[in-house]
Amino acid sequence: MTITSLPSSDGQELTIVIAGRFDFGAHQAFRNAYERVSSTPKSYVIDLKDTTYLDSSALGMLLLLRDHAGGDSAQIRLLNCKPDVRKILAISNFEQLFQIA
Amino acid sequence: MPERLSILIAEDSAADRMLLSTIVSRQGHRVLTASNGLEALALFEQERPHLVLMDALMPVMDGFEAARRIKQSAGEALVPIIFLTSLSEGEALVRCLEAGGDDFLAKPYNRIILDAKIKAMDRLRRLQETVLQQRDLIAKHNEHLLNEQRVAKAVFDKVAHTGCLEAPNIRYLQSPYAVFNGDLLLAAYKPSGGMHVLLGDFTGHGLPAAIGAMPLAEVFYGMTAKGYGLTDILRELNAKLKHILPRGVFCCAALLNISFQRQEVEVWNGGLPDGYLLRQDGSRTALISRHLPLGVLEPALFNDACEVYPLALGDRVFLLSDGVLEACNAQQELFGEARLLRVLDASAGSLQLFDEIQQALHDFSGQPQDDVSLVEVCLVEERQLNRPPLAFADTGQSHLLDWSASFEFRGETLRYFNPLPFLMQLLLEVQGLRPQGGALYTVLAELYSNALEHGVLGLDSALKQNAEGFAEYYRQRSERLQQLCEGHVRFHLQLLPEGAGGRLLITVEDSGKGFDAQSLIQREMRLDRLSGRGLALIRQLSERCSAAADGQGIRVEFSWSPDA
Repeated sequence: MTITSLPSSDGQELTIVIAGRFDFGAHQAFRNAYERVSSTPKSYVIDLKDTTYLDSSALGMLLLLRDHAGGDSAQIRLLNCKPDVRKILAISNFEQLFQIA
Repeated sequence: MPERLSILIAEDSAADRMLLSTIVSRQGHRVLTASNGLEALALFEQERPHLVLMDALMPVMDGFEAARRIKQSAGEALVPIIFLTSLSEGEALVRCLEAGGDDFLAKPYNRIILDAKIKAMDRLRRLQETVLQQRDLIAKHNEHLLNEQRVAKAVFDKVAHTGCLEAPNIRYLQSPYAVFNGDLLLAAYKPSGGMHVLLGDFTGHGLPAAIGAMPLAEVFYGMTAKGYGLTDILRELNAKLKHILPRGVFCCAALLNISFQRQEVEVWNGGLPDGYLLRQDGSRTALISRHLPLGVLEPALFNDACEVYPLALGDRVFLLSDGVLEACNAQQELFGEARLLRVLDASAGSLQLFDEIQQALHDFSGQPQDDVSLVEVCLVEERQLNRPPLAFADTGQSHLLDWSASFEFRGETLRYFNPLPFLMQLLLEVQGLRPQGGALYTVLAELYSNALEHGVLGLDSALKQNAEGFAEYYRQRSERLQQLCEGHVRFHLQLLPEGAGGRLLITVEDSGKGFDAQSLIQREMRLDRLSGRGLALIRQLSERCSAAADGQGIRVEFSWSPDA
């Protein structure tokens, strides 16, 4: 599992790329990815194109990010979900909280 | 400044012994001396020195034997032994190490090398000491933790298993590991008959995941026993979990409300994999997760919409945790829904479904799965269940016998408020009524849903004749309830002392239309407006059942005598 965070050039958007398993082991790295950035982005993109697996702990981490990003006013998009990952997001009805594509 | 060590020197030559002692003492260490292996062993056991300098060839007991015995006596602690030897051929040096020696020093002695070796060995000795201390500490912590888990599990089992999981129409399977994975299975009889069942799965693992189970179980059992409906319980569970759980921890859950009398199941699924309604004829309906899990949304945003399905005798409702779908094989593939559906297809109607699922998981992953929760609830005739009598927390000494009360619930209140728990609490203050509590509750519940659904909302139960109509009925019910702003349901409760016993009269009226109070035929029709089953139940469970004297509603009676 590797987590990379890439601020956009104007600092308005932060892209977090998660490769491998997104589970409890990613807890600290995922937090660091949005807490240890110098800018305060307006929106977030979670790029899941190389994410092979996502468990309920990861759903919890996404909720923590949502809170960090302003709760109900947070702008977070989950991009490039593979079918397995999308299924887990769908079962939990997370499309009610995040933009999922 | 290095620590002062106590060092045992075993050397049969008095001159060499003297020489070594001098060198070692000058380096600041305490010296013990022995002139053969046996003496060395005795001195070791008595003084427990930190390190041993051991001549290989000595009378009485040689250094090899002494080294073996000292190592044995030292146990897990590292007591480094440096062999002193004029032997130079490889084979002899190997013997030194094989006997337990850690290093050797060739004669004649070099003071600087001896000092360096003592320091190197001391480092090793301390490393071993630290490792042992840490190991013991970890073992202690681990034992502590296991003990806490045992206690927590005992409490958890008490809380979780006060329900009716052992009822003959429920089958369940929960692997031991599943409990500590935050899986929770609860079932309870409703006071009106029927059952509530909850399968939950908290995020995370271990104790943190199990902790939320306690309040969840308390709310579920407490509110079910008081007669609250599924939506009230769902709202309370969500609010409670939202309030107490840290952000990012939540509970995927499915709740069932099974009514044996109405032959229906009400389902709410938030975050659990699809459950299934498995019908006798082999057909199957997926019970899909339509909601966010419990504990995610603020109470005001929570959605308690349930789906209702008709059941026939022998139909089963099947729920599972994600441990089934997420079982993994050696190629890191997930078991997944498609494989589960194939098992369901193959076993249509089979009573060995759980065994078949476990077998399929085993075949797939090559090992038994220990993170699995499965539950299956079957619709049976209610009398097949040995329902325990209602339990009461107080001693029931009150003698409230002579009173009457009327309530009118109007418009918007009917949208959100379920008056039954409130009314039941009042009625069951009357001790003489308690033995009939279950019947009383069922009758009140039937009367209320008749008044609300047919009277106030004007729904036609003829719709419920087939599955589509059934769904349509509940769609209309929820739609009309949402738009409801006028209309009422009235309850008149009257208690009369009767000898040493008493009598309860209940009249339920509603604001329904198209009803001619003077017409006997219409009265009969009014009774028939209850679905046949509801009417039969009311007649069967109450002592008397009639159209009310003024024709405005239905009146039922219950009575008791002290020896009953």
